[in-house]
Amino acid sequence: MVAIPSRHKSLVLLAGVIVLQVLMLAVQIKRDSEGRLIRVWTVGAVSPFERAGSNGFGWIRNTWRHYFALQNTTRENEQIRRENDALKLQIAQLQGKAAEADRLAVLLNFRQSHGEVPMIAARVIGAGAGTASLTIQLDRGERDGIRKNMGVITPDGVVGKVVEAYPNASQVLLLTDKESGVGAMLADSRIQSPIGGQGEPLLVMKYVPNDDTVNLGERVITSGMDRIFPRDLPVGTVAEIKPGNPFKQIRVKPAANLERLEEVLVLPSLRPLAMKNEQNPAAAQPSVSGAANPSSAAKQ
Amino acid sequence: MNGAFDIRGESHIEVHKFRLGAIIIAMLMALVIQTWTPIHFSKAALLDLPLLVTIYFGLSRRNPSTGLLLGMAIGLAQDSLSGPTVPLGLYGIAKTIIGYLASSLGARLDTEHPAARCALTFAFFVAHQGLIVVTRRILLAQPEPWFNMHLIVAALVNAIVAVFLFLLLDRLRKN
Repeated sequence: MVAIPSRHKSLVLLAGVIVLQVLMLAVQIKRDSEGRLIRVWTVGAVSPFERAGSNGFGWIRNTWRHYFALQNTTRENEQIRRENDALKLQIAQLQGKAAEADRLAVLLNFRQSHGEVPMIAARVIGAGAGTASLTIQLDRGERDGIRKNMGVITPDGVVGKVVEAYPNASQVLLLTDKESGVGAMLADSRIQSPIGGQGEPLLVMKYVPNDDTVNLGERVITSGMDRIFPRDLPVGTVAEIKPGNPFKQIRVKPAANLERLEEVLVLPSLRPLAMKNEQNPAAAQPSVSGAANPSSAAKQ
Repeated sequence: MNGAFDIRGESHIEVHKFRLGAIIIAMLMALVIQTWTPIHFSKAALLDLPLLVTIYFGLSRRNPSTGLLLGMAIGLAQDSLSGPTVPLGLYGIAKTIIGYLASSLGARLDTEHPAARCALTFAFFVAHQGLIVVTRRILLAQPEPWFNMHLIVAALVNAIVAVFLFLLLDRLRKN
């Protein structure tokens, strides 16, 4: 047995660890495995802290917004205000809860107005741990009925889809991620095309031929062809149009504010379109114009 | 050579020790803050706190084996928290190498001066991003730009934050 000089031991260890991880990468690609056990352990360890941090921050923010901010406007009543500090603190907390209730009421109204589509409300407790992907983490998971590939929305529009569901948490790939995509169409012209992210704030509508007319500001909605989102949910508005070869380069501003998400709705039904098709078969026939295989919009 | 770098023999460099619990808590906190702050402050996504913690413990512990294992652990945890579109090993490999390099350099240079820490963090951040691009291009066959201005801005921001973060982490050292 050849003895390794002590000064080289760390180099050998480095090489071993790198080779191990390269093999792990290779296995994941070859078998399409995602090392789920390690992910479950890590998410299980970190998500309680994220949940606590999210709640704590919410409390601090509400206190700051509704309590300390008032100090500037009532400076001349300093003495009276001091006497009422405790009460104001309570009011601040109630205001925070009221604001949250308002947001939840918007979600509830949205849910009620779309009663035919079941939805699960969830709170955002974390974002992706790096810049390599654009994801968020929800406080609901498999135990709440959330499964992989479910659509995620807000009343403003489409957010993304669930890419991993753990027992008490789930990860959502945002629409702006490079790997993300959704079946979409232009609301006025009814031209269908997949729309996806590029790792930037704006989305890209990929397969609209140069011959088709598209207007700036035109609404983009879901086509329902990806079997994840029901039809007619807002995706965004056309922000930029450039001629390309052979397709136009259309950039779309997302309807949902993907940089400031607090509560979202998960669509538990993977086939909401089927329900609508049965009710109104005529509406299910899309006016395809230049759409290049929109069903491939959901890449994963 | 930068004047802030005090090059001496290995025997003159002080090795700092930490309680295992302090290292684990610091790593966990870095991960939690990394995943949690971008929800409320989108610009916070520029920061790579797990990388800063890896660099800090690498430079302070000055033991390459410990440095690379710490880097691997925090990198794999970061991969796990980034969703299934990021394969396990992407950040893991990059942070393993950075952990090794940081502890190897830490054993040769005095890296206590804030200017040295700032410069080293800048260099390590760029190297880390370079390793990620190499992994993506060569091992994953994913197109990724080598360089953009965003990288320089992010490296500068991380280098500045590192100066203050490292001062905070210095308090975890065993006397």
